[in-house]
Amino acid sequence: MKLKHIGIALLAIVAPTLLFAQETAAAAPAPAPYIDFGNTAWMIVATALVMLMTIPGLALFYGGLVRQKNVLNILMQCFILTAAITLEWVFFGYSLSFGSSTGALAPFIGGFDWAFLNGIGINDVSPYYISQATARIPHLLFVLFQCMFAVITPALIIGAYAERIKFKGFLIFSILWSIFVYNPVAHWVWSADGWLFKMGALDFAGGTVVHINAGIAALVMTLMIGSRRNYNNHPTAPHNIPLVVIGAALLWFGWFGFNAGSGLAADGLAVSAFLATHVATATAAFTWVLLDWSRNGKPTVIGICTGAVAGLVAITPAAGFVGVLGAVVIGIVVSVVCFFMVSVVKHKFGYDDSLDAFGVHGIGGILGALLTGFLATPAIQSSYSGLFYGNPKQLLIQLIATVTTIVFSGVMTFVLFKIVDKTVGIRATQKEEIAGLDITQHNEMALTED
Amino acid sequence: MKKIEAIVRKTKFEEVRAALHEADIDFLSWWEVKGQGTARQGLIFRGIAYDVNSVARMYISFVVRDQNVEKSIDAILESAYTGESGDGRIFVSDIGQSIRIRTKDRGDESLYNK
Repeated sequence: MKLKHIGIALLAIVAPTLLFAQETAAAAPAPAPYIDFGNTAWMIVATALVMLMTIPGLALFYGGLVRQKNVLNILMQCFILTAAITLEWVFFGYSLSFGSSTGALAPFIGGFDWAFLNGIGINDVSPYYISQATARIPHLLFVLFQCMFAVITPALIIGAYAERIKFKGFLIFSILWSIFVYNPVAHWVWSADGWLFKMGALDFAGGTVVHINAGIAALVMTLMIGSRRNYNNHPTAPHNIPLVVIGAALLWFGWFGFNAGSGLAADGLAVSAFLATHVATATAAFTWVLLDWSRNGKPTVIGICTGAVAGLVAITPAAGFVGVLGAVVIGIVVSVVCFFMVSVVKHKFGYDDSLDAFGVHGIGGILGALLTGFLATPAIQSSYSGLFYGNPKQLLIQLIATVTTIVFSGVMTFVLFKIVDKTVGIRATQKEEIAGLDITQHNEMALTED
Repeated sequence: MKKIEAIVRKTKFEEVRAALHEADIDFLSWWEVKGQGTARQGLIFRGIAYDVNSVARMYISFVVRDQNVEKSIDAILESAYTGESGDGRIFVSDIGQSIRIRTKDRGDESLYNK
């Protein structure tokens, strides 16, 4: 995301007027930013679309993939994160992510100036913008839009430890992870003060902040919590594939808000991001089906859903920087690599990433971030280009952003796991795992007779 | 009176029902069962083919008068057969008593299948 602080914009307007009034009399001063109704209308819808991705989108996608005895647990995890992270976000998460701090910490984490959204009035103009410097949206709408991103990121990790985690341990871990991992990385990449932002890392809608971040946390969680009982390195049968299809379709639908909304305006860039998102997803879904067909002789429904999600993940950082050709390339590459990861590499190493949170989100996010460094074209946003368009430095920056996020997320997830494991405990007991998390964690069953 | 129970393929169930109907056996119970045997059932999850460790079959059960036992067996044998491993079994056992609740009839008279 290309973000700028309101201060810079104000300075640009005020300083010349005050100090160099006579010299600049001939040049028209930059108009003051205002709340544009059209952009605001679209961003309200986009924000609601991103919420739809977590509940019910991701909840059903993951919920259908687990066994029937654990489906409520998955739905509950997604639902409670929507509630808990929203509170974390308005209390201080937004301020830590997008606010400013002083001194040496400024590039790494925001301060508490905007804690409890203090000082943000209902008619304040958003300090952040992408393509529309003047016609902007309300600041509070930006807070809400970003809130939905903060909600879905820890929810993505659920796929790694599904069917074997204590609810209390999960909840505490997820909240701590949002505070100590999500907020800093969002600050690095998207805040006007962030060190990766200043370096010029490109992440249009959250490939680094959301998908690499959650994907690496997923891998660490999988390794730390251990395999499910009797895993024996082969999959368990999903209990309801139609739920998976509904979930995947809602993810695809909601992702238009995620990616086309990340330009923070209803303009040509938004449509371009929409197009790139749709094309990459269609390509990845179709590619996965062909791979399925050639490897196992049958095109599978979970396959096409998984391919679509992989495509959505990979196009996320690139959505506002690549054209249709770039989107097609990203769709093909991510499908081939993720297919290889979940069908060969996972099997070979024997880790139990139950629902492939790392295999799809981690790997898809890394590929998306790096491919943006190759495929970003000045035809979309004139100031950004990748290696294929004569700017090899961009690839290096993408690599730095990717590696740093991997290391930070990996180490922090390890530490937070240890803390929660030693205090409240994370792994469900063997008895709880056999009986299922629905009955043992929630005293409820998804389906009962009579 | 004999009880006839059969485990048949789900894909053959409709044919078995039709064949029993042809043999005038029109009253029977069935339920879906899972079991294990030599037959294998495979599924695919994200590029990995795996064995589900169980096979799904239909379990049929009905009670007939002695004179209807052989034609019931023949009907099932002909309709459930594919020749592949996993075609199933037929079990025949004695029934000590049968009582129709509405009429309080006992023995052969209590059975629907004449």
